[in-house]
Amino acid sequence: MKVLVPIKRVIDYNVKVRVKADNSGVDLANVKMAMNPFCEIAVEEAVRLKEKGVVSEIVAVSIGPKAAQEQLRTAMALGADRSILVETDEAVQPLGIAKALKAIVDEEKPDLVILGKQAIDDDNNQTGQMLAALAGMPQGTFASEVNVEEGKVKVTREVDGGLQTVELKLPAVVTTDLRLNEPRYASLPNIMKAKKKPLDNKTPADLGVDLTPRVTIEKVENPPERQAGIIVGSVDELVDKLKNEAKVI
Amino acid sequence: MSVLVYAEHDNAALNKATLSVIAAAKEIGGDITVLVAGKGCGAVAEEAAKAEGVAKVLCADNDAYEHQLAENIGELVAEVAADYSHVLAAATTTGKNFAPRAAALLDVAQISEISDVVDADTFKRPIYAGNAIATVKCADAKKVITVRPTSFDPVAAEGGSASVESLDVVKDSGLSSFVGEELAKSDRPELASAEIVISGGRGMGNGDNFEILYKVADKLGAAVGASRAAVDAGFVPNDMQVGQTGKIVAPNLYVAVGISGAIQHLAGMKDSKVIVAINKDEEAPIFQVADYGLVADLFEAVPELDSKL
Repeated sequence: MKVLVPIKRVIDYNVKVRVKADNSGVDLANVKMAMNPFCEIAVEEAVRLKEKGVVSEIVAVSIGPKAAQEQLRTAMALGADRSILVETDEAVQPLGIAKALKAIVDEEKPDLVILGKQAIDDDNNQTGQMLAALAGMPQGTFASEVNVEEGKVKVTREVDGGLQTVELKLPAVVTTDLRLNEPRYASLPNIMKAKKKPLDNKTPADLGVDLTPRVTIEKVENPPERQAGIIVGSVDELVDKLKNEAKVI
Repeated sequence: MSVLVYAEHDNAALNKATLSVIAAAKEIGGDITVLVAGKGCGAVAEEAAKAEGVAKVLCADNDAYEHQLAENIGELVAEVAADYSHVLAAATTTGKNFAPRAAALLDVAQISEISDVVDADTFKRPIYAGNAIATVKCADAKKVITVRPTSFDPVAAEGGSASVESLDVVKDSGLSSFVGEELAKSDRPELASAEIVISGGRGMGNGDNFEILYKVADKLGAAVGASRAAVDAGFVPNDMQVGQTGKIVAPNLYVAVGISGAIQHLAGMKDSKVIVAINKDEEAPIFQVADYGLVADLFEAVPELDSKL
C-alpha cells in the first residue's frame, strides 16, 4: 500500500522567535529552518510501516517555497521513496494546503495519509482534518498508536481524558502526536542516496487550486511579559506568602 | 449576527469549557444557540439551557453522536451552521478534531484557539507556542472558531432559561467507529478547570514519586499535572501533560515541582495567576516566570509543604 506524507518547512524548534519591530510578523531572515517536528514523526511512522512490510511506497509532499525541497530531501533521507513540491511563495493557510493535498490525493490515490497534528509556527492544528473532510476520508487525529489491518486502520488517540481508540476504513488520514514514535536521524549514506531520489515540481496552477489566504494577519505582537517574582528562603515563608500575600490557599 | 456554540460534554454533564466558549460568543454578539450532540444527552441540553446568555439549545440525540466521532459531528455542524454567522467550539481535543472538518465542508477558514475577541471578524490568537500573539481578520462570510477556554471567564452556569429543541438530523458516515477508551479516573478536579494545579517534571525521578504531589493536591483540592518530560519518560499518562501540545491551564495557583520551565511547558501555564516554582537548580528558567521561587530539593520541600498545610 501507498502512504502520502505531507510535511512543512518551519522555523527550527530550537530558535528563539523574535517579533518584527513593525509588528508585521515574526523575523524569519537568516533563521535556521527545519522540518516541523510533528512531520518528522509522520515520516518516521511511514518508514516503520514500510519496514514492517505493510507499506510499499512512501511519497512525501510539501507545499511552500522552493527551499522546502531541503525538507523533502530530508524526508527521502529518512526513507521516503520520492517527493513532490508544490511551489508557492504565498503565505499558505490550512484550507489552501488541504485543497492542494486533496488534488495530490486524487492523483496519487494513497491508502493512508500521515501528517503532523500541527505546525509549530502557526499552531493551527487543522490541515489533516480539512484534508480528510475534502477527500471524504475518516480521520485519526493526535495518534499515539497506529495499527494497519486489512482494509482498515486502528488509531489510538491522545484525548483530554486519556486515550481513545477508533477504527477507520481505508483510505484514511492520521495526524501524529508526540508519543507515536521517536524519529531517527538520517545517516550520511542515506542523505547521499536521497539526492538521487525523484523530486517532482508542481505549481498550484497545475493542481487547479486557489491558495489565496482567507485570513489576514493584522499584526503580530510580543505576549505580555511575566516578571520574575521573589525567591523565598523556606517552606514556611512560602506558605505564609501564599496565605497572606497572594491569598490563594 | 448569530452564534452557534458546540457543547462539550460526556453525555451526562456539560463541560465547564463550554461556559467559557459562551463567554467568547457573548463578546462577538448576537443570539447564542448551543448545539448538544450525543447519545442520551438530554440532561446536558437542560444544563446548557440554564447557562447565562443562551437563547436556544438544539439537542441532537443519536447513536451516531455518542462518541463525538469527527466524521459525523463535522457533517452535523456543517449542516446546522447554515443559519449562523459564527460557529464556536472549545479548543479541546474534541473541538480540535471536528471543527476543521466542519470548516472545510463549509469551504471556510478556521481560526484556531482564539484568546481574545477584537470584533466580529477580528480575533487574537497565540502562535509559535505563545511566543507571539497574532491579530487575525477573517474574510469568510461564516467564521468557524475554536476558543481557548482559559482565556475567557466562564458565564454563570445558572439563571438562564433557554428553550430546548430536539434536532432530528442524523449524520452517520460509516467511515469510522469507536473501539474503546482508557479514561483517567480521579476524584481530583479536572486539570483544565482546576483552581489550583500542582505539576511535576523530570525532577520527580519516577511515577511513584508523584505520590507526594497527590498528597499535597488532596489537601489543597488541586489537580495534578506534569511536564512533557515527565510524560515522555513514562512517569505519568499523557492526559496529565501541561504545555503547548498538552493542556493549557490558567489556575489561581500553579505549583511547578522539579520542572525546568521549557518554552513548551511555559506556553501551557504562564497565564496562571500565581506561579510557584520548587527546583533545586537556581538557574532553571521556571524561576523567571515564578512569583514565588523556592530553591530546594523537592523530596524535602514537598513533604514539608504537605506537613504545613
